[in-house]
Amino acid sequence: MTSLLAVFKPGGDAATALYIVAFSLFIIGIKQGTHPRTAKRGNLIAAGGMAVAVVTTLLLDGMGNWGLIALGLGVGTAVGVIASIRVQMTEMPQMVALYNGVGGGAVALIAWSEIRHGISLGEEIPLDELIPILFAGVVGSVSFWGSNVAFAKLQDLIPTRPLAVPGQQVINAVLLIGIVAACVSIAVGNDDPSQLTFVAVLIAAGILGNLVVLPIGGADMPVVISLLNAFTGLSAAAAGFALDNVALIVAGTLVGSSGTILTMEMATAMNRSVSNVLFAGFGGAPTGGGGGSTEERPHVSIGAQDAAIKLAYADTVVIVPGYGLAVAQAQHAIKEVADELEKRGITVNYAIHPVAGRMPGHMNVLLAEADVAYENLREMEEINPEMSRTDVAVVVGANDVTNPAAKNDPDSPIAGMPIIEVSEAQQVIVIKRSLSPGFAGIDNDLFYEPNTSMLFADAKQAAADIAAEIQNL
Amino acid sequence: MSLMTEITIFVLAVFVGFEVISKVPTTLHTPLMSQTNAIHGIVMLGGLIVLGFADDGLEYVIGTIAVAFGAINIVGGFMVTDRMLGMFSKKPKPKAEADGKGGGA
Repeated sequence: MTSLLAVFKPGGDAATALYIVAFSLFIIGIKQGTHPRTAKRGNLIAAGGMAVAVVTTLLLDGMGNWGLIALGLGVGTAVGVIASIRVQMTEMPQMVALYNGVGGGAVALIAWSEIRHGISLGEEIPLDELIPILFAGVVGSVSFWGSNVAFAKLQDLIPTRPLAVPGQQVINAVLLIGIVAACVSIAVGNDDPSQLTFVAVLIAAGILGNLVVLPIGGADMPVVISLLNAFTGLSAAAAGFALDNVALIVAGTLVGSSGTILTMEMATAMNRSVSNVLFAGFGGAPTGGGGGSTEERPHVSIGAQDAAIKLAYADTVVIVPGYGLAVAQAQHAIKEVADELEKRGITVNYAIHPVAGRMPGHMNVLLAEADVAYENLREMEEINPEMSRTDVAVVVGANDVTNPAAKNDPDSPIAGMPIIEVSEAQQVIVIKRSLSPGFAGIDNDLFYEPNTSMLFADAKQAAADIAAEIQNL
Repeated sequence: MSLMTEITIFVLAVFVGFEVISKVPTTLHTPLMSQTNAIHGIVMLGGLIVLGFADDGLEYVIGTIAVAFGAINIVGGFMVTDRMLGMFSKKPKPKAEADGKGGGA
C-alpha cells in the first residue's frame, strides 16, 4: 500500500531541501505582497511554494491511506474553490475568518492525532514533542472556535453587538488556569498521558475561544481576526516542532510574527492596547444609555435632490466610506457620483480610516474594485488637516470612526480613538439607514451637529439617486 | 532535528516575519493578511503526514478532516487573495468597461 510514489525519506535531506525551497518562496511571496505592483505575483509565488511543500509531503516514503487523502484533498479543494469564487468582495473579512478557523481546527486535530499516536506506542512521549502538541492543541482550538464566532458575527448569524456573560473575566480566568493545569498534569505524566484529559483540554480551549470573542464588538473585529491569524500561525509552528517539520515551523512562525505586527498596528490605530480590546470590550453601560435617547435629539434630514445640489456646487468633496458601504454593495454607485462630480471639475477624495470596515484595508479593496484611482484614497492623517478646507464631506455607512465624541468627550468609550474629522468640513452629508448607533453601541454626536444633514436610505440606492439628480441639474 | 536547531530556526523566522512585513501600505493589509492566512494552511502537511501514517479508525476520521480543513485554508486562501489583488491590478487602465461581474449587484 506504500505505493510507487514513495520518493523521499521523511526527515531526509531531499525532503528538507524541498521544504526549504517552499518556505523561501513564502518569504519572497510575502515580501512582494507588500507592494501594490508586485502583490499579485507574490501571491502566486507563495502558492507555488505551497504546491512544492504539498507535493513533497505526498511523495514521502511510507505514506498510505491514499483513498482518504484523496477524499480530504478533494472535499477541501472543492469547498475552497467554490467558496472563494462565490464570495462577494464585501464578505472578505468573514471569509478570511473562516479560512483562519479551519486552519486552527486542522492544527487541533493534528495535535489530538499525534497524542493518540504517542499513547498507542505505549512509550513515554518526550517533552520536546509533548509540550508543542499541547500548545498546538490549545491554541488551535481557541483559534478554531474564536474564528467561527468572528465569522458568525460578521455574517450576522449572531448579534454583532458585544455579548457580555456575567462573571465573564472570572470564567475565562478559571478556564485558562484549568487548561494550563491539565496540560501540566499531562506533561508530568508523560509516560502514560490521558487522552481523555487532552480531549477535555481541547473542549475547554474551544469554550475559551468562544467566550473571548463573543463579548467583542464588530468594530474590533479587524484586531481580533488579525490576532487569531497570528495564533493559528503559531499553533502551526508548534505542530512543526512536534512533527519535526521545518516547513511548518518556518511558515507558521512567519504568519505568527506578521500577524502580531498587524494586530499591534490595528490596536495602535484605535488608541487601545490589544489586551484592552480583548478584555475590556465595549461594555454595557454607555450602550444602554446611548440607545434609548437616540430618537429624541434634533437632526436635519434631507433627500437625494438636496444632497445632489450641495455636492454639485462644491469645489472639494471628501467621501468617508465605512462598513455600511460594504453591506450595501455601494462602491460602484458611489464611484458614479464621484464621476459625475469630477465631470463638473469638482475634486473628489476618499478618506480611509485605518479601521473602517471590518478589516484593515477593507475599504481600499472595495473602492479599488470600483476602479477608484489609488491616489484618491487618502489616509486619515493625510486628509484630516484638509478637512476644514473641504466643502462637503459625505459619510457613507461609516459611524464610529467619525464620532467627534472620541475627541471631545473623555468619558466616551471610544475616547482617544483617532477619527476622520468630518465635522470640520463646511457641510456634512451622512448617508445611513437610521440613527441607530454603530458597532461600538454608542450614539454619534456628528448626526446632531448643525452642519450635518442626514440622508436616510440604503447607501447604494441613495448614491444612485444622487448621481441621477446631479445629471439632471 | 535537535530541539535547539528547531528553536534557532523559530527565532530567526520570527525576525524574518517582522522584517518582511514592516511598512506595508494600509491598502494592502487585507490581501496580505489573507495571503499569510493561506500560508498557515501549511498545517495541511501535518494532516497529510498524520493521515498517511494513521492506522486506526478514529485517526482516519481525524486525519481526513484535518486534511480537508487544511485544503480549504490553502485553496480558498490563495484564491481569495488572488481575486482581491486582481482588483488592484486593473487599476492602471483609466476606465475599465468590464464592469460585468463586479459587485454582483
